[in-house]
Amino acid sequence: MINVNDKCTGCGLCLKACPFAAITLVDKKAIIGDACTLCGACVQVCKFDAIDLERRQVKDVDLSQFQDVWVVAEVKDGKIRSVTYELLGKAKDLAFELKQKVGLVLIGSDVKKFTKDLSIHGADKIYIAEDENLLQYYSDTYANIIIGLISKYNPNIVLYPATIKGRDLAPRVASILRLGLTADCTGLSLYENKLLQTRPAFGGNIMADIVDFETRPQMATVRPNVMKNLCEDHDENAEIIEVPVKIDEKGLRVRVKEVLSAVCEDGIPLCEADIVVAGGRGLGSKDGFKLIQELADIFHGTVGASRVPIELGWIAKSHQVGQSGTTVSPKIYIACGISGTIQHLVGMKSSKVIIAINTDPNAPIFNVANYGIVGDLYEVIPLLIEALKNKEDLLCV
Amino acid sequence: MLRYIVCVKQVPDTTEVKIDPKTNTLIREGVPSILNPFDQFALEEAIKLRKEEDEIVVISMGPPQAKKALMKCLALGADRAILLSDRAFAGADTFATAITLAEAIKKIGKFDVIFAGLQAIDGDTAQVGPEIAAQLGIPQITYVEEVLKIEGKRLEAKAVTDDGYNIIEAKLPVLVAEITPSSFDPSNPSMRGIIMAKKKPFETWTAADFDVGKENFGLEGSLTQVIKVYAPPIKEKGVIYTDEPKIAVDKLFNKLSDEGVI
Repeated sequence: MINVNDKCTGCGLCLKACPFAAITLVDKKAIIGDACTLCGACVQVCKFDAIDLERRQVKDVDLSQFQDVWVVAEVKDGKIRSVTYELLGKAKDLAFELKQKVGLVLIGSDVKKFTKDLSIHGADKIYIAEDENLLQYYSDTYANIIIGLISKYNPNIVLYPATIKGRDLAPRVASILRLGLTADCTGLSLYENKLLQTRPAFGGNIMADIVDFETRPQMATVRPNVMKNLCEDHDENAEIIEVPVKIDEKGLRVRVKEVLSAVCEDGIPLCEADIVVAGGRGLGSKDGFKLIQELADIFHGTVGASRVPIELGWIAKSHQVGQSGTTVSPKIYIACGISGTIQHLVGMKSSKVIIAINTDPNAPIFNVANYGIVGDLYEVIPLLIEALKNKEDLLCV
Repeated sequence: MLRYIVCVKQVPDTTEVKIDPKTNTLIREGVPSILNPFDQFALEEAIKLRKEEDEIVVISMGPPQAKKALMKCLALGADRAILLSDRAFAGADTFATAITLAEAIKKIGKFDVIFAGLQAIDGDTAQVGPEIAAQLGIPQITYVEEVLKIEGKRLEAKAVTDDGYNIIEAKLPVLVAEITPSSFDPSNPSMRGIIMAKKKPFETWTAADFDVGKENFGLEGSLTQVIKVYAPPIKEKGVIYTDEPKIAVDKLFNKLSDEGVI
């Protein structure tokens, strides 16, 4: 239930903030129309406490009215990010078991073109909110649209990518709707028809299984590169639900003034890289990173390092992987001349595939490696580069 | 005069926390506690930006011993500290934690900027900051590596993005959730700071000090429930080649191709 009370002065702030263009001013008073989805954007910007919004209490209600497994898509540089497909694959498995449908929330500018592709990857229904002012991600606008959609369509589960944007967005939605949310899940399954969310904590030393017993939708952010069963053969005719939105730039409380994408001198930042090639003490000198870079370039990967090369000034601190650096979970992590201290392992052990090259067969890095070569990296890497260069299609690139 | 509120947490030094394989509970005994590094960075940012007349209030929810972390904040330069401590707050998930902190912030009164660490190194969720902002109805900027300036009711910050940075401008009040840049080297309080800290206002608030009921806090106010904690499964030993380099690389390359890795 939403109502405008007598405190309304007709200032018009709520008009600009409403992503659904549901508010009009009549006789200096805001009138909320049928397009309202109860997202609450107006309540947040009102300076006069003039809008009363009472949300449905989810506790003690019939949970069966919440249906479908939703995925919130992430668009980057005019493409759907691969984590979206990973989530769709998982959502499809869950939806199949629950006998429900897979919904996909697609927000952005010029995103309609992706619907067929997303349909093939498992979406049964696609909710599209398109506006040129949605090209830039903002927590407020994206959260308000999703809150509106959840309030209107009552999904059972909503999955977000645990990316920079997803980790900003999901908790805002959860808090406003008073929903449980589990961060950075590495496993999702069903437990008595509820979503069993598995996540690491304490730097990966501990795993926890988490359930939302009373709130719906059940929500989680999910780490990229962990869900492996992609769906690629789904029907291509998902039902399209266009969500009418209109984003007024004047209503933004936060604004991107400048985009500095060239600041990262080495391309993809560590935390977002699909492939990381990292060097350690075993490189012996600063020059060793040239070889590491050469191997990384083949994969369009990013160069990482353990602590020692940073301390010896061989490479900038921004390359450090580990507890005092960046935590990474790429598709492939190649550790070259890294022994594998606990501080380093914490920062990379959730990588999908770990390949280690080290002269010491007893190095702890081999305990977490999926593949490894015991040998001198200066002999091994050039041979590996040669072999990779001769391979026609690198699947992982 | 602006008021900055900094939210901090005392955390165990994570790499040392282990699970007792028999009982599946955390072994916390003897594990040192530290001020969450992300929070210390956020505090140091607030200190860097403050003008003489501004006030920095640091708040934390935790057991009585979390006072130590708050005293460190006072020694580093915060003006006033509030510890939210009550058995009723125990077992809180991120939502119940955010409710508790947001209610405390409302009780403090007027504020201009809320500083928080992006995440705590024990839970790593990064949820509490945005959840507080949402409860207070104010905007948030997360992944902030530097607050560039606060001037005339506006804040400018440099936030990490997928491929670089955004320079972001926001009207106050706003919450910034800060990520430590790799160059961050946490300061140690000075002797003088430690002595001064003892004279600064320190309060402890319990559930009874709040306007909302106990059922909003702790385990009871939580929306998610941990049903099991356990040690991560031990990874199967990988395939390690010890042959001479040429043969080892051939074998590895074929194995990676066969298993669809490359």
